[in-house]
Amino acid sequence: MSDPTIRVAERVELLAAETSEGAQGLQAHRVTDTDELGREVGAVLRTSGLTLDPNDVDFDRRDDETMIINMGPAHPSTHGVLRLMLELDGEFVLRTKPVIGYLHTGMEKTGEVLSYVQGGTNVTRMDYVSPISNELGYSMAVEKLLNIEVPDRAIWIRMMMAELNRVASHLVWLATNGMDLGATSMMIYGFRERELVLAFFEKTAGLRMNLNYVRPGGVAADLPDGWEDDVLVICDTIYERTFEYDELLTGQPIFRGRMIGVAPITAEEALALGVTGPLLRSTGVPWDLRRSMPYLAYDEVDFDVIVGTFGDNFDRYAIRLNEIRESVRIVRQCIEKMPSGDYRSQDPKVTPPPRARIDESMEALIHHFKLFTEGFHVPAGEVYSAIESPRGELGCYLVADGGPKPYRIHVRAPSFVNMQAVPLLMRGGSVSDAITVISSVDPIMGEVDR
Amino acid sequence: MIPLPLTAPPGVVTADVLASDLGCFPTLEEYVPLVSAFKDDGFEMCVDLCGVDYLEHLDRPMPDFVIPTRFEIVVNLLSLSKKQRVRIRVQAGNNDPTVDTLFDLYPGTEAMEREAFDLYGVLFNGHPDLTRILMPEDWEGHPLRKDYAVGKIPVQFKEAPGPR
Repeated sequence: MSDPTIRVAERVELLAAETSEGAQGLQAHRVTDTDELGREVGAVLRTSGLTLDPNDVDFDRRDDETMIINMGPAHPSTHGVLRLMLELDGEFVLRTKPVIGYLHTGMEKTGEVLSYVQGGTNVTRMDYVSPISNELGYSMAVEKLLNIEVPDRAIWIRMMMAELNRVASHLVWLATNGMDLGATSMMIYGFRERELVLAFFEKTAGLRMNLNYVRPGGVAADLPDGWEDDVLVICDTIYERTFEYDELLTGQPIFRGRMIGVAPITAEEALALGVTGPLLRSTGVPWDLRRSMPYLAYDEVDFDVIVGTFGDNFDRYAIRLNEIRESVRIVRQCIEKMPSGDYRSQDPKVTPPPRARIDESMEALIHHFKLFTEGFHVPAGEVYSAIESPRGELGCYLVADGGPKPYRIHVRAPSFVNMQAVPLLMRGGSVSDAITVISSVDPIMGEVDR
Repeated sequence: MIPLPLTAPPGVVTADVLASDLGCFPTLEEYVPLVSAFKDDGFEMCVDLCGVDYLEHLDRPMPDFVIPTRFEIVVNLLSLSKKQRVRIRVQAGNNDPTVDTLFDLYPGTEAMEREAFDLYGVLFNGHPDLTRILMPEDWEGHPLRKDYAVGKIPVQFKEAPGPR
C-alpha cells in the first residue's frame, strides 16, 4: 500500500502501478510498434491490408502531445464496469482499448458443476437485461442434444416472452441512451414502460429479472389467467408511446445533431469484426436470425427486419425504436395464434411431474426425486445453437458427455464480440461522441465478462 | 451435409454434426488453409471460437483418421449469403496447445482467441496481442482447464464465523 502521507499529486506513478492491467491496457506510443498502432485504429480492416498512412495511424505523434486517460470502470455512461483507455489529442480520440473482465464471475466454469435443470439459473444472469434470450439459447441447445420435441404452446409462449423481453431490453437502451445524451426525461419514460413488461413477467414467472422461465422441455409455468388482456394493454401502451419518443427524440435538433453521421461503420468492417444485431443491420445488411434462419415459430408470424443505411448512431437508434414496434406486432400475433395444450414436454425424464401426481404415484415420486437430485442425463455430443437476442447472435455451445451436467458450456455473447467495434467507432470522434458510441453499441457487461 | 469448398486442402476429414451444415476435423496444418477456403467460398463471418478441455475424455469417439487430443478449438463459421453454418473442430494438442491465428482472415476473432488463451492457455501463433482478457494480468493458471484447482483461493466472507 502507498504511504497515505504522500499527497496524491506526488504518487501518480504509484497510482498508475496500482491500477495497471499491464499488457491488457493501452500502451504509450513510444512502446507500441507500428503494426500494433495500425491494428488499434482498425487499419487491418481495410481491404488493401494494413495501410500505414501517417495521418491515419499518427505513429509519429509524440507522447507529450497526447494523453491516455481511463474512462471507467465505474463511469455512469459505461453501463456497468467497462473500462476504456482512451488516447486523446485535446478533445479528439486517437486510440481506444476496452479493458474488460471487471465483472468476470466464471459463469462458464460454474455451468460445468450445475445440472441441466439448474443451468438456466446460471445463464439467465449473463445478459441481465434480456434474460429470456439466454435461457432460450441454452434450452434450445439442450433440447437439440436430447432430441425432444417441445409442444406448440411452449413454442409460442417462448416466442411471446422473448419478444416482450426484446421490447423491455430496447426500452432500457432508449432510456440509458437518452440519459447519456442529456435527455433525462427519456430515462424516466423508458423505465416506466419497461415496468409494464416486468410486471407481467413477475405475474407469469414470479420474478422480474433472471426468471429461469424458459427451461429445457418447455417453460416453467403456464401463462396466468387473463394474460391476453394484460399483454394487449402492454402492446397498446408501448406502441402508442413509441410515437411520443419520436416527438421527444427523433425530431429533436440536439439529439439529431449528436446522432446523425456520428461513428459510422461499413458493412465490410462489421462483417470482418463478427458484429451482429442492430449494429450489423444499421449498415444495411438484412441479417436477422429470426428471418434468415427461423427458429421457434418465427416463420409463421409477420414482421419486418429493420435495416439502416449509413451505419451511424442514428440508424442504430432508429432500428431499435422500430424493432420495438415490430416486436409488439409479433406479440399481437402470438395472442391471436396462441395454441392450447401443454406448456412443457410430457417426457417424464425431462419434466417434473405435477404436484398432485406425486402423492398417488410411486413412479412420479421417483422421477421427481431423480430430477431434482441428479438431474436428467443428456446423450453425449456437442451442439451450437444460435438465436437472435436484442444485441445480436446469441449462441450456446454445449458439450455433453452423457452425464447430468454439461461438460462444457460456452455462450457466444453478442456484446463480447460487438465490443471489438468500439475502437473503430471511437476513432477521430470527440470525447462527448465517445459516450454515445458506447451507448449505441449497447454492451451488457454481465454478458461480456460472463 | 454440404461439400467442402473446392480450394480446401485435400483430405480434410468431414462428418455430420448436430445443428450445423458441415463438421470439419482438420489437422493443425490444414486448419488455416481450410478456414481461408471457406472464407473465399462465401463464409463472411467467424461467429464463434472457443476452446474445450477434454481431459476426462481423451478417448472420445471421433471420425476415422482423427486423433483426439486434450485441447480442442471449435470454430463456427457463418455464411450470410448461403445461410449455412460450418463447425470446425481442430485438435490443438495435449501439453502445449498451439494453433495458428485466424486474425488475418477474420479480425473479429481477436477477442475470442484471447479468451481461449486466457481460460485454456491455448497459444495462437501470429496473434497480435495475446494477453489475458477476462482474468487479471497477473493471474496464475488457466481457470477453465479441467485440472485447475477450484477453491484454491480462499474466500473470506465478512460475517462468517472465524476458524474454530
